[in-house]
Formats: sequence, structure tokens, C-alpha cells
Amino acid sequence: MRLLSQWLNDGHMQQRGTGQAQAPNQPPAADQDGSAAIEVVDLVKVYKTTRAVDDISFRIARGSITGLLGGNGAGKTTTIAMIMGLVLPTSGRVSVLGAKMPEQRYDVLGRMNFESPYVDMPMRLTVRQNLTIFGRLYAVQQLRERIDQLATDLDLKEFLDRSNGKLSAGQKTRVALAKALINEPDLLLLDEPTASLDPDTADWVRQHLETYRKTHNATILLASHNMLEVERLCDRVIIMKRGKIQDDDSPERIMARYNRDTLEEVFLDVARGRAREGAPEDAP
Amino acid sequence: MSEIVSHHAHGISLQRINAMVLRYWYLLMSSWPRLLELIYWPALQIITWGFLQNYISQASGFFAKAGGTLIGAVILWDILFRGQLGFSISFLEEMWARNLGNLMMSPLKPIEFLLSLMIMSLIRLAIGVIPMTLLALFFFGFNFYAIGLPLIAFFCNLIFTSWSVGVFASGLVLRNGLGAESIVWTLMFAVMPLACIYYPVEVLPVWLQYVAWALPPTYVFEGMRSLLIDHVFRADLMAWALAINAILFAASFAVFLALLQSAKRNGSLLAGGE
Repeated sequence: MRLLSQWLNDGHMQQRGTGQAQAPNQPPAADQDGSAAIEVVDLVKVYKTTRAVDDISFRIARGSITGLLGGNGAGKTTTIAMIMGLVLPTSGRVSVLGAKMPEQRYDVLGRMNFESPYVDMPMRLTVRQNLTIFGRLYAVQQLRERIDQLATDLDLKEFLDRSNGKLSAGQKTRVALAKALINEPDLLLLDEPTASLDPDTADWVRQHLETYRKTHNATILLASHNMLEVERLCDRVIIMKRGKIQDDDSPERIMARYNRDTLEEVFLDVARGRAREGAPEDAP
Repeated sequence: MSEIVSHHAHGISLQRINAMVLRYWYLLMSSWPRLLELIYWPALQIITWGFLQNYISQASGFFAKAGGTLIGAVILWDILFRGQLGFSISFLEEMWARNLGNLMMSPLKPIEFLLSLMIMSLIRLAIGVIPMTLLALFFFGFNFYAIGLPLIAFFCNLIFTSWSVGVFASGLVLRNGLGAESIVWTLMFAVMPLACIYYPVEVLPVWLQYVAWALPPTYVFEGMRSLLIDHVFRADLMAWALAINAILFAASFAVFLALLQSAKRNGSLLAGGE
């Protein structure tokens, strides 16, 4: 039975953290009391000799939009990948929607989704075929209606039957977003959601994300280099540098603390190692 | 909590397997070069080897008596080789498309993924091998289906071996990225000389015969020769092959899971490149 369980769950033993009996199709208990959507505790990831993520902890409230900021190699993507269960932590723990990751990831994967520049939608398949396949993988009911609704919301109708490979960068991003929203996720993880988009399309995507969060009380965690995007969208910003959290607060308070007018100036201060005024360098 | 999704976190989902088979079917149907490639090489193989068999049958009394052993061996080898390729190429399609992250992040479980690859391997095999058998009948008068019920035993044993090799090779690519892609294309050729496709096991040095008998295809090709030359179906050989296949299949799956875990430790699931 133990071996069978491992085979069914990509090598992880299915664990029930509390030891209490739990109905198979119910969300884990910790999620029901409205606690954090994501909880990261003492998380460390070491690749050979590189400490990509260095002992970070944070909790993300349900229904919030949080931005993960940092330069290249700051540890943002690794952190998101550990939250998704695609990368195993060296130490520390992650829970998502009340489920321990990666052991209980199949309890919550149907309620999450993600978009990342590190993955693509299959190029030869049409947009409709791609959305049909992912809709079926996520067991979306009334899938045809759902695809039609997404096509209307994200303005995909004119190229719904075109191959993904024949779309422009902006159209591809909208399709990837449609895939990320196909299951109406409670938690959306976005890595550079507006990278390579023109300002108009980027603004349109941001607007859609804001609306989605409000209408679905969804939690969104996004990694971005676009400071304006983070300022506009996020209730909270976590700034990372060399795998550590450098700062963690609302965009307004962070800008006030660094005595800066924009997050971009704060970002440059952090990236170039300039201490914020009235605070010791590197102290969060 | 989202209400448009039916939550089936536990067990194996036929719907998810079906979704993946549909994904590969769409891909196959969208690309005529992919379809042509499935038929092209097997057709070329059977025609080349068929004419060779015709030629040596005229020159050798043995081959005249053992009619069809060469063509039969070519078709059975193709089941073994194309079965593995059918499995592994569908897996590679995900790597080439950089879609693995999307799949791994979805509720699709590894076992469901592998089962869909096995189904696709059968579909691709049918597209490639059925025309091959018809060509063998048309050009060389060799009716592959006249083998009868033993064909089922041969086929099952060969396809299980091909899946085991496919699962193992896919695990290597998953762990090491597309830099390990050549393993997918060449791994089965390592089996070729030892599985005694075109010659009996006794031809090998004694110490190598032990290695050969550890491979399930050896039993199938010996069984085929026994059937076509002596007209005897060796059920004992098929039982041995099945037993070894069961061990190989379980081992390949365990290795795949271990490599998947290693890929997650190593962070190569999102990278997927070289």
C-alpha cells in the first residue's frame, strides 16, 4: 500500500498533518479557518554550493496580491517553484491553502494555477485545443462554456482556432493567462506576467488580474521586475536579494521608509546595496 | 473555493489520462510529417529486409525451410523499437514544447502521465506497424497474423519491455534535460545484439548468453523461431519473459520516480533545457 501510494503521488508519501481523519475531497482543515493562503517557514534551497533561497519566512493572506521583487538570481523563481512543489526545499516548510507541500500537493493543485515565462503552451495546438486539454486536466465542468467565457473576458475569440505558435507575444500571454484562470483558481502564482508585452496590453492584463482578485477573492503572488506593475497591483511587497528577504511591507510604507517616490528607486537602492535612511543596511 | 472544478485528488483519473491522449492525438493530426515518419521507416525496413530474405532463401536451404523468420524478426523488432519510441517521443514533445511545467503544476499525476504515454505508444505503433505487415503480405507473401494466438504473447512481452525502456529513458531526460535526448533514440539499440533478434542465443559466447536470457525480448525471438521453424509454441519462454518484464516494469517506474524527485531537488523541471 505504501508503494502504491508513492506511485500515485510522484514519490511523496501522502501525509495528513493533523493526524485527524479527513474526507478525501474536502480542503485541508487549515484552509477552512481562513488562515494564510501561503505559509513559508525557514525555507532554504541550496543548489550544490549556491544558496538560492536563504532561510526566508512569510505568510500571505487570502484574497491579497503580493509582489515578490528582486534582481536576477534573487531567488524569486525558486521560491515560487517551491511553493508550487516543483522544487524541493533543502529545509524549511511550505503550506499552500492549508496543504503541506509537496506531500499534500494533489489536495490543492486543482485550486491553484500558474503562469511563467519558463513554460509555454504547446505551439502546434490551437488555443481552443490547449484550453480544452487543460480544462480536462483540471476537471472543469461545462468546459465549453468556460472556454467561451474566457475567450470573451480575455478577448481571444478571433484567434481561438489558430495555432498557439502563430500568435503574437501579447496574444500568447493572454492565452497563458486563460490557461491560468481555466479552473478559477483560489491561488494564482505568476512569474513576470506582463514581460514582453506592450504597455497597453500589460495594462489590460493588470486590470484583468485586479478584477479577478476582487470577484473571486483570489490570492495572487507575482514575481516581477516591473515596479509600476507592483505598485499598482500589490497590497504588499516582499523584496528579495541573494536569497534573503530584504524588506516586506506595503508599497507605500516601503517607499516612505526608503524616502523614495517610486518602488523602482527603492529597488535600485536595494540592488546597489544602499542602506535606507534611518535603518541599518541589509536589515529587513 | 472554486465551484467549476470537480475535485478528485485521490486515485487515478481516466479523465486526465484521456486529456493527455487527446493532447497527443491533436498534435499527431496537426502535423503530416509526424504521421508520415511513423509509416516511412517501418515500410523501408520491411522492404529492404524482405528482399534480403528472398535472396538468401534462394541461396540457403535453411532459410528456404525457415521461411519468414527474418521478416517476422524485423516486424517484432519494430514493435519493440517503435513501441519505445512511441512512448518516448510523446514525452519528448512535452520537453520540446516547454510544457512540462504546466503539466507538473496541474493535477496530472506521474502515473496518469505515463499511462497516457503508453496508450499513445500503442496508437503510434498501430499507425506504423499495420501498414508494415500489409507490405510484408503483399510483397513477400508473409502473413504476420497467421502466427495466431502466440502473436498476442509476443506482442504483450515486447510492448512491456518497450514501455520499461521508455519509462527509464524518459526519467533520464526529465532529470538531465534535453542534453540526454540521444539516450531515447539509442538505448534500445543496446538491447539489439543481446536480444538475439536475427540469430539464436547459442551463437553468443556462453557468458553473454546469461545476459541475453535476462532480457525478455530474447525469449520472444527464440519463441518466434521455435514457432516458425519447428512449429512449436514455447509457453514456458513466454512465461519467463512475462516474469522478467514484471520486474523490469516495476524497476523502471521506481527509477522514474527517483529521477523525478532528483529533478525536483535539482530544479531542472522548470529549466528543461540542456
